[in-house]
Amino acid sequence: MKEIVIISGKGGTGKTSITASFAALSKDAVFADCDVDAADLHLLLQPLAIKSMPFISGNVARINEQKCSGCGTCNSLCRFDAVQPGTPYTINPTDCEGCGVCVHFCPEQAIEFPPQRCGEWFQSETRFGPMIHAALDIGAENSGKLVSLVRQEARNLAEANQHELILIDGPPGIGCPVIAATTGAHAVFVITEPTCSGKHDLLRVLELTEHFDIPTYICVNKWDINPDMTQQIKIAGEEKGATFIGTIPYDQQITKAQIEGKTIVEWGDTIAAIAIKEIWNSFCEQLGIAS
Amino acid sequence: MKIAIASGKGGTGKTTLATALAQAAAQPVQLLDCDVEEPNAHIFVKPQWTNHKDATIAIPVLDTTRCTNCGKCGELCQFNAIVTIANQTMIFSDLCHSCGGCVLVCPEKALQEQPKTIGYIDTGHSGEITFIKGTLVIGEAMSPPVIRQVKKTAAADQLTIIDCPPGTSCPMMTAVNGSDFVLLVTEPTPFGLHDLKLAVETLRSMDIPFAVVVNRAGCGDDKVDHYCRNEQISLLLQIKDDRRVATAYSRGDGLLSALPELATQLRSLLTEIEKRINQAQGQTQGGGTQ
Ligand code: SF4
Ligand code: SF4
Repeated sequence: MKEIVIISGKGGTGKTSITASFAALSKDAVFADCDVDAADLHLLLQPLAIKSMPFISGNVARINEQKCSGCGTCNSLCRFDAVQPGTPYTINPTDCEGCGVCVHFCPEQAIEFPPQRCGEWFQSETRFGPMIHAALDIGAENSGKLVSLVRQEARNLAEANQHELILIDGPPGIGCPVIAATTGAHAVFVITEPTCSGKHDLLRVLELTEHFDIPTYICVNKWDINPDMTQQIKIAGEEKGATFIGTIPYDQQITKAQIEGKTIVEWGDTIAAIAIKEIWNSFCEQLGIAS
Repeated sequence: MKIAIASGKGGTGKTTLATALAQAAAQPVQLLDCDVEEPNAHIFVKPQWTNHKDATIAIPVLDTTRCTNCGKCGELCQFNAIVTIANQTMIFSDLCHSCGGCVLVCPEKALQEQPKTIGYIDTGHSGEITFIKGTLVIGEAMSPPVIRQVKKTAAADQLTIIDCPPGTSCPMMTAVNGSDFVLLVTEPTPFGLHDLKLAVETLRSMDIPFAVVVNRAGCGDDKVDHYCRNEQISLLLQIKDDRRVATAYSRGDGLLSALPELATQLRSLLTEIEKRINQAQGQTQGGGTQ
């Protein structure tokens, strides 16, 4: 079983559209949407949930107004400016880090610390195969932990049903959710764009995958917007030890397909669809998975 | 006046709008790059750097000569960053949220805090713009402390524009927290709309006034317009889909170099936002200031 994570560093490079196309082209895969903060893969794969579970993670402090004597201990200890003085004192749940320091040191034991529901995760069926995905509640924290959970559930499912491949739509950036999505994966596939920002962000992503020692593949979407920059990215990426796997031309049909809830490879033999198929075949060949 | 530029979906043009607004402002302005995982506003601002400092968090270090391995620190720590197993106490600093609880609870005074660098804060200037950029060290997981330190570095009483990280969870909320107004940048596609809805709900839960800017207008459908109308959300600006903008952007040139005529519109946008902030503050405080 191989675990492939598709990321982009910078947002808006077409990562989800291309991941969905790979899903359509794959033969025997489980899909996981680990971009839990702004999950969009379901808009193209239209999963039907067969199981849904709450995601409980961490705790949040809450002052019991009956017991609060207004001594201010919590306020002086809180490092996250989450406590508002008053009678009684209150805690802003948005700012609360869930560290429990105030709970432990409150002399009146006036602070409750209930577990927090942070979201929901689903096991679903799509027209291309099974999918694990999640939705973080509004304002909830712990997206890194939800990413780990989605990934683990996808692994369990792939193992139980002997699927060959797990395709993961990864989060943007290089922080906690990306680290949770990529560490220990078989390969990272980075979709970037030929812009100064795209290159800048790609180099940070490559440093991260180097740091965690994960084989990394690069593809440039909308390459024809700036052919020079595409070339620069290829050179810079290969210098960093990544494999450059191909380019996809700018294709307005991708947005048209998205509006209809379709992947571009189902939409027709457009210029982008042809390029994506080629890239998928060569990627599968390099990783030894059946295309 | 603090204006945050945010969006649920990445790549919709937050940085493009934030830098163009700062450049169009025609007054002293602070531009904060709070997208510390992938900061790139500097590519468009091209500042003269004047200051570089570390962003640190305090993490505990253990004095093994004092530690009795009683395990009280590990019982308190909610993040498994300090644990006592088989009569040995260990600290996993990557997991530490720097709450200080273990230091307070240790009966033997065996723990002390030391700063650990998790990012950098750079300050620079370009014309009337004071530019402050946060950068998360690669391999570090926690961006909110770096974002908070970028915001603390800024002066309180100046027009401030904040380029926020994408998404709707901790990093985005940390960046928009305390702003007077948020502009949500989206694009007219199903992905753009879906993520816009999440961002709207997040801002409503935080009770921060906001409006929407549609970038690449005309490239998709009109569902974002419908949504805004139904939800009574103001759509304050539409930037049309224009290959000139994409090409300029790819070279590291901003929106105003491709569409200079937009500067006037951006200045009116700032005036409009100021008016709305004053109205909102007038309602809650009975008289608004800047
Ligand atoms: S609380 Fe102090 S003495 Fe007890 S295990 Fe932790 S560091 Fe050691
Ligand atoms: S400072 Fe807080 S988070 Fe860090 S190890 Fe101590 S108790 Fe855990």
